[in-house]
Amino acid sequence: MNIGILSGKGGTGKTFLSTNLAHILGANYVDCDVEEPNGFIFLNPTGIKTFEVKVDYPVIDKSKCTMCGECVKVCQFNALAKVKNNILLFEKLCHACGACEVICKFNALSYKKRTMGVIEEGKHNNAICKRGVLNIGEPMAVSVIDQLLENLNDGVNIIDCAPGTSRNVVNSLDYVDAAILVTEPTEFGFHDLKLAAKLIRTFNKPLAVVINKYVEGEEKIHQYCTDENIPILGVIPYKREVAKIYSKGEMISDIDEYRDIFMNIANEVKAVFVWS
Amino acid sequence: MKIAISATGKNNSSLIDMRFGRCEYFQIHDVESGEIKIIKNEGQMASGGAGIAAAQQVIDAGADVVITGNLGPNAYRVLKSAEIKAFKVTNIPVEAGIRAYKECQLTEISTPGKAHQGML
Repeated sequence: MNIGILSGKGGTGKTFLSTNLAHILGANYVDCDVEEPNGFIFLNPTGIKTFEVKVDYPVIDKSKCTMCGECVKVCQFNALAKVKNNILLFEKLCHACGACEVICKFNALSYKKRTMGVIEEGKHNNAICKRGVLNIGEPMAVSVIDQLLENLNDGVNIIDCAPGTSRNVVNSLDYVDAAILVTEPTEFGFHDLKLAAKLIRTFNKPLAVVINKYVEGEEKIHQYCTDENIPILGVIPYKREVAKIYSKGEMISDIDEYRDIFMNIANEVKAVFVWS
Repeated sequence: MKIAISATGKNNSSLIDMRFGRCEYFQIHDVESGEIKIIKNEGQMASGGAGIAAAQQVIDAGADVVITGNLGPNAYRVLKSAEIKAFKVTNIPVEAGIRAYKECQLTEISTPGKAHQGML
């Protein structure tokens, strides 16, 4: 069972919920927010192993290149440019689609591999924690996310996704069986919740909502979920103390006062997404 | 000699577009013949590599000089490799920019600006 944690808006508490849910459920944790993964701060996994993520990029054999420029024309990502007697390559823009290699009549193009990020894997109690880390300056996260999610472990995996509804999120959804949307009772939180819900619905995957930073009387999200027939798994109150504990990198679900909130959410998750 | 100018419109009184990669049009002014060619910048709608696509169009149009506001790192690399000099202007009309260039009042862009500036 792979459960994606999404939000639309950033900063609503994806990592907050993901780490605490994984902790309570004894589930594996996968941090797909590869541009700034921070779940490990809370779960503190040990015995970390590192794997490099490699992507293809084209190399031009100058002895064969006739400067016809066909490779530049065919590139949909503007990764190549033709200047004077040289083809310039912008490797970070390359999607490794292979079009330049196919179009070249002179076999001047071949692909090599370069490292653009890493995957780290460790253990928190008995659960496996994985995260992708995209190298600074790399514009495309998808390869890291794919490698992270292609080899998911058995059992329950809590997948901490990137914010927004961008391609990084869409990519993660391919591997997810069900999704939890974390939101907050602000205009932006509500607006982006609707976008994220719409996205998940296009994938035909079951979804549920957790309201973080909940303030009594702010019932707009409740109303929306009722209208849209989306179950609410629980609410986490808006409290200074919660933010304080989180800012220290501590697990809120280890604290008596808050454990029940996450236990209840965990039970609701099992009931709504039906697995034992 | 041909001058490529990033522009917000198609004529002489149009303002120069401060963005290079994401500008609306390139006006290619042939200094000798006085001929003006308008190119719609294909880089404008590119999801990535706008500066590269724009620079390639300028090269393919046979420009010797570029007048614009800012050049991102990728566009800068392409133009430099093509030995095309770029000159910086503020947002003045195209004709004023060309006049300033002819009177040698413009400074050459010798370092690239920030990436993705034209998207702000």
